[in-house]
Amino acid sequence: MRETTHKIARRRKTGRRHPFATVALIAIGLGLTGGAYAAFNATGSTADAAASSQSDIDAGKKLFQANCASCHGLEAQGTSEAPSLIGVGAAAVDFQVGTGRMPMAMQGPQAQEKPSQFTQDQIDQLAAYVASLAPGPGIPDSKYTDGDGDAAKGAELFRVNCAMCHNVAGAGGALTEGKYAPPLHGVSPTHVYEAMVTGPQNMPVFNDKNISPEGKRDIITYLRFIQQNPSPGGFELGALGPVAEGLFIWIFGLGSIVALTVWITAKSN
Amino acid sequence: MTATTAAETTAKRRSLTAAASEYIDERTSVSVVVKEFGRKIFPDHWSFLLGEVALYSFIVILITGTFLTFFFQASQADVIYHGSWVPLKGIQMSAAMNSTLNISFDVRGGLLVRQIHHWAALLFVASIGLHMLRIFFTGAFRKPRELNWVIGFTLFVLAMAEGFTGYSLPDDLLSGNGLRIIDGLIKGIPVVGTWISFLLFGGEFPGTSIVGRLYTLHILLLPALVVAFIALHLVFVVVHKHTQYAGPGRTQQNVVGYPVLPVYAAKAGGFFFIVFGVLALMASLFTINPIWLYGPYDPSPVSAGTQPDWYIGFADGMLRLMPSHWEFVWLDHTWSLNVFIPVVILVLFLVVVAIYPFIESWVTGDKREHHILDRPRNQATRTAIGAAGVTFYAVMWAAASSDLVATHFKLTMEGVIGALQVLLILGPIIAYFITKRICIGLQKKDRSIALHGYESGRIVKLPGGEFIEVHQPLDEYERWRLVSYETYQPLMLRPDSRGRITFGRRLRAGMSRWFFEDRLEPVTKGELEAGHDHH
Repeated sequence: MRETTHKIARRRKTGRRHPFATVALIAIGLGLTGGAYAAFNATGSTADAAASSQSDIDAGKKLFQANCASCHGLEAQGTSEAPSLIGVGAAAVDFQVGTGRMPMAMQGPQAQEKPSQFTQDQIDQLAAYVASLAPGPGIPDSKYTDGDGDAAKGAELFRVNCAMCHNVAGAGGALTEGKYAPPLHGVSPTHVYEAMVTGPQNMPVFNDKNISPEGKRDIITYLRFIQQNPSPGGFELGALGPVAEGLFIWIFGLGSIVALTVWITAKSN
Repeated sequence: MTATTAAETTAKRRSLTAAASEYIDERTSVSVVVKEFGRKIFPDHWSFLLGEVALYSFIVILITGTFLTFFFQASQADVIYHGSWVPLKGIQMSAAMNSTLNISFDVRGGLLVRQIHHWAALLFVASIGLHMLRIFFTGAFRKPRELNWVIGFTLFVLAMAEGFTGYSLPDDLLSGNGLRIIDGLIKGIPVVGTWISFLLFGGEFPGTSIVGRLYTLHILLLPALVVAFIALHLVFVVVHKHTQYAGPGRTQQNVVGYPVLPVYAAKAGGFFFIVFGVLALMASLFTINPIWLYGPYDPSPVSAGTQPDWYIGFADGMLRLMPSHWEFVWLDHTWSLNVFIPVVILVLFLVVVAIYPFIESWVTGDKREHHILDRPRNQATRTAIGAAGVTFYAVMWAAASSDLVATHFKLTMEGVIGALQVLLILGPIIAYFITKRICIGLQKKDRSIALHGYESGRIVKLPGGEFIEVHQPLDEYERWRLVSYETYQPLMLRPDSRGRITFGRRLRAGMSRWFFEDRLEPVTKGELEAGHDHH
């Protein structure tokens, strides 16, 4: 289920808006609800187990040394290439590896999203290993990611804290030096929560004093709402605002009108 | 029997119509107007309909706008939203935002009308822009139509003002951000800026009066001005008669086309419904200005991808292109040249557009009337100036979407802005020279076709062994189009009546040389005959 979610997310990200946006939205919505439910049940249990299961930590360490250590160091202590992972917590691992950002495909302004290279079990083992090094933010409890909070409060928090970079509709936006805030459509609620508590890439950390866990739950609720409810006004043109609208009126609006003027003034044969 | 009844009915019916029209005519003398106006001839060409598109979009805007005023409340009083859109329930907002949301979600057909109104506004300004380009590139602004160009230009500015005031009314986050930029532009004016800003907003931004004030402008003053200028614009079109493209039988004295009644009235009337239909279709399928996503205005958040509607984009882009550190403190005041210089550049650009007809007539020294349109290629310098102007505008326009260009083409924002800064200066120059050369090349091609006909592709071997390609001559009608244009010789630098050579005269001679140095004279009759003898 999570795999499907990511595939849809990836296609949407590269292909921008599609005529079948509504269908895709519903599919994502359904996929998310089911996928999230399945995933959280699983992660909830592994998170508990992580504290106790030494075998998971050992398996995670092996995975880490094979896949991550060349940049982050054999003991996750960090190198000149990459930061130390001691104390980043399980949430950071679940986000970075779960969204495919890590392992990084190449050095660039920021790590890009891609299909995850690991199964959820492997990600959990990696997370267990990194979490065992030092305390850090853990995988969020499913009660914060169920999307049943207050959408209106979430929308307000989103506008004040997130829209500067991610755009009011979560369509993403540009940052300096080639960095960017990615679109949020199709991102799983757990990943959204983890991103807020760990501050991946250029994102600031929104800790629990800054936005309470309930506030984060409201934000997730709002994001779920705008993904599950197609725009009341019709196709959204990428939710990019006036630029998309302006291009549309010039190319398709005025284009079709000019075609019609040619038709009206054409000489009949 | 049937025949008599039919005849009687016809007679009766005719008499009814006749009686009615006679009744009206005896009391209003309307027949004079119908006779005069109904016989008005309009030439048929698709590019002559662009102004009509603007007119019809404006009518659509008036109709839908009236509907919107029934429900819109131009007030910034605080209310709590209790409408249908869940993610805003219980949120504090202004009455303006609240009523716009209610129009969108709780008034039957409200969202459709709002979307038609907004799409029609975008089309209104876009069609004015395209109409102006047509007028410019075909030289339709020449005597006697210079004043009508200025009236049209005023309409363009009024349309932008209408658009911007309307965009600001819902008091949503996007429009509030737009107003904040306007506030910044005003405050950037040296000395008086802050005063004007406080006067306009009724205190420190955002205040509580701006929506009400913009509403008065948007639905009272500006529409009245637009209607008045449209009326003036159309009166001049009737007075001047319509221009036409060169063709056999078309002269400076006549207009070849269809009369208003019955042909043009029917065509134009039908076209109104076509434009309305396209707008309604667009509005029913595509979201525009989703204020429910933007949320109420709050001075702290600014969304990524915040842009004005397209017609203000060039101003936003100019601000983005300006190097940011041109600001200093002098006499205890901050002088924000980084904001003021873009404003000056924009105003200068618009002034040049407005007075271009007078510049060109001064350079050519031509005092004759012109009713036959130029083909753009035959006025290479004017076309090249136009292309440079379009490029300048387009670069500013593109700069307004620099952030979206950066994310969508995976570039850095600084790189996009830097490249556009260079293009803003070099682009128009490059466009000027390329366009001028293309025009002259096309003139040469026309000349060769007029003189020698088309290359037929048929190779013939002459008895002497020589191979020639047979050229197919043009028919009279096609040739007319190619040869009937005029050029100007550069003006000679001559002393004026008092025997002096003033700076103005030098400038004028220099400009004239720049305009007309590179030119191809139209094919003469002698050349044509010689050309025919050749083949």
